[in-house]
Amino acid sequence: MTSLFKTSSLAAFVLAAAATLPAHAAVKVLACEPEWGALATELGGDLVDVGVATSAMQDPHQVQAKPSLISRARNADMVACTGAELEIGWLPVLLQQSGNPKIQAGQPGNFAAADFVRKLDVPKQVDRSQGDVHPDGNPHIQTDPRNIALVASALGARLAQVDPAHAAQYKQRLDAFSAKWQANMARWARQGAPLKGVTIAAHHKAYAYMEDWLGLAEVAVLEPKPGVEPSASHLEEVLNTLKSRPARMVIYSAYQDAKPDEWLSDHAHIPAVKLPFTVGGTDGAKDLTGLFDDTLARLLGALK
Amino acid sequence: MSASSAVARASASPLRPLAALLLAAGLHGAALASPASDIADLKKALAAMKSDYDKRLGALESQLKDTQAELAKAKAANAANAPVAAASAAAPAPLPAVAETPAAVAPAPAPVAAVDVSGNAPNGSSGGGSFNPQISLILSGTYAHTSQDPGQARITGFALPPGAQVGVGSRGFSLAESELALAANIDPWLAGNINLSIGGDNSIEAEEAFITTTTLPSGLVLKAGRFFSGIGYLNSQHSHTWDFVDNPIAYQAMLGTQYADDGVQLHWLAPTDTYMEFGLEAGRGRGFPGDDGSRNAAGMTAFTFHTGGDIGDSISWRGGLSLLQASANDQTLVQDADGTLEASALFNGRTRVVVADGVMKWAPNGNATRTYFKLQGEWLQSRRGGNLDGVPGGPLALHQVQSGGYIQGVWQFMPMWRVGLRTERLDPGRENWALAPGVGDDFHPTKNSVMLDFSESEFARIRLQFAQDRTRQGFVDNQWLLQYQTSLGAHGAHAY
Repeated sequence: MTSLFKTSSLAAFVLAAAATLPAHAAVKVLACEPEWGALATELGGDLVDVGVATSAMQDPHQVQAKPSLISRARNADMVACTGAELEIGWLPVLLQQSGNPKIQAGQPGNFAAADFVRKLDVPKQVDRSQGDVHPDGNPHIQTDPRNIALVASALGARLAQVDPAHAAQYKQRLDAFSAKWQANMARWARQGAPLKGVTIAAHHKAYAYMEDWLGLAEVAVLEPKPGVEPSASHLEEVLNTLKSRPARMVIYSAYQDAKPDEWLSDHAHIPAVKLPFTVGGTDGAKDLTGLFDDTLARLLGALK
Repeated sequence: MSASSAVARASASPLRPLAALLLAAGLHGAALASPASDIADLKKALAAMKSDYDKRLGALESQLKDTQAELAKAKAANAANAPVAAASAAAPAPLPAVAETPAAVAPAPAPVAAVDVSGNAPNGSSGGGSFNPQISLILSGTYAHTSQDPGQARITGFALPPGAQVGVGSRGFSLAESELALAANIDPWLAGNINLSIGGDNSIEAEEAFITTTTLPSGLVLKAGRFFSGIGYLNSQHSHTWDFVDNPIAYQAMLGTQYADDGVQLHWLAPTDTYMEFGLEAGRGRGFPGDDGSRNAAGMTAFTFHTGGDIGDSISWRGGLSLLQASANDQTLVQDADGTLEASALFNGRTRVVVADGVMKWAPNGNATRTYFKLQGEWLQSRRGGNLDGVPGGPLALHQVQSGGYIQGVWQFMPMWRVGLRTERLDPGRENWALAPGVGDDFHPTKNSVMLDFSESEFARIRLQFAQDRTRQGFVDNQWLLQYQTSLGAHGAHAY
């Protein structure tokens, strides 16, 4: 009886140990959004094991702290998120319930991309009468490749900090990525030149950084207040606005319902352009390079 | 206190002894000049010096504050502009800049990495309220129209302590339950949280008030204080997150509406890909089925297990099994006897409540913004063992098994609008009290509810609910409830 107990407790211990030890020592990164997952993969390669909490078909504001995500947060060495309160509705619960000290705020394993870029649309006054405003500024920073470059540098350094044994490799990968990204940005700048000064209407204030990058002029937003669905009456107002300041196109993200955009497209006789918003949003946006290639192609296509 | 004023004070303090010395010298001089000096004059001089000193100190402080603020501003501007300046480099137009200076981004790593490696990168909000606790206020109100007097609400066959909350509470307009919550990290290892509920009767109750660890290793989280037990699905959720105005009758009948206790809770999340969470709780047994008795030992112990996962991109689920055990000594229990009579007795023994819970959420591609469906159900079984005193022929040995549950579905059929349907049924068991033989035999309390709610924003919701309540034998209560729920302040994250 005693020996049986001993054997079974030993077996239980071995099982528990096997479950605790990772199969290989890759750094487990849980990315809140697909763009940071893609970036971590670019910068970490085989050294990282990247999981992505949300897909391009989900509104990153409205994600649930579901059991599968809590488990992934529990086992992560690092979370790579946007920050700037984008994930305020779910990430705090994940962190709290994960029981994982490595990824808590203030730890190296808690990476917030928005900390490393200059934020736009920082409200002078934070008041909910203005809708779901983000006090730290517009969090949708991934729509400008210059921000990706900045975040890449920070994330590369952070990976080296979390996994110092491979610091040299992270440095190497970061340099390679930066060089590639430079070339990409030069190409996108040439390709995107015709978009400078082009007027657009946007479904949600999700493209402030892209507009800043390409010099697009946003003349109307379909959501009456950030996070509030476009209403019929507000769409009429937008249509009236467009009469005095016409937009060349209306843009929306892959995860959004296209109906308001299609309505505006029909009534204002301008194309409605679906943008990937993040990696995986469209077939063309397979990775970070594809994200901007496809975004530019779609915007330029609408000019024709 | 802000850091800058602390610094101002610290740097001002070396002046204090000097000022004191000067004061003393002045005093001494005055005393020498006229030995029979007027104390009032001295006082005046002192007061003048003091006010002068205060003024100068104030000026110094404000100057320091200004300097500090400017410094902070400059720092922030630097931090914010440096990388961006690097990225958009020389030319004012961002596009050509990137095109013409391929090395533009290359210098960026330096400053960013410097900030980063320190591990002190600002995480989250850096507003003025950073050091204050997160405050959130739930304002809620209800209008109830019922065909029966809520004061007469009972659940036939279920014995509860006198004054137990059953039914909708009160008719007409009422404040329902508004909540004030404060939460913050206490230090690098602990976080604290308090949740005060403000009742319609002007009472303020600490619903939850606990500290919790943030840095225990291996998926462990320890909580101490007053908290909602982790049993079941709805038990740990605050009323503003419920999908119906009221909580299920099974909770009212077997857990005193919602089980909260003073004690400790240890949670362990297994290091597996599948979500598996285990919880152990010990408490004083403050609420029903506990008796809040005076004892050194724990009056309540609980074990909880939950597991869950995803099915494809669109479905997520969670299921669990929990056991709560509470002791009672001379606990007064009252039971509906025959509509007009009530039977009461004293219970000694323990109650074990088993809760099986499950919830499944579906949203197209996991995007719940437009439409989603949530299916949820719980089944509770309460086993009471011990004896009953204060009854004719007592004490009587008591072994009672009662059960019940609900199943509900909520469908967001278009943005902002949801409908919900809930059906509930209780089984009082056969082992009834001897006091009222025949009462409640073959009677199963039931309730059906339907609700429609509209959320004008993420922070405000208005809900209309109709319920047909047949929880008391011989009565049918048609309940119309209209409720608003709003959330102010910190953007609270909700559990699954």
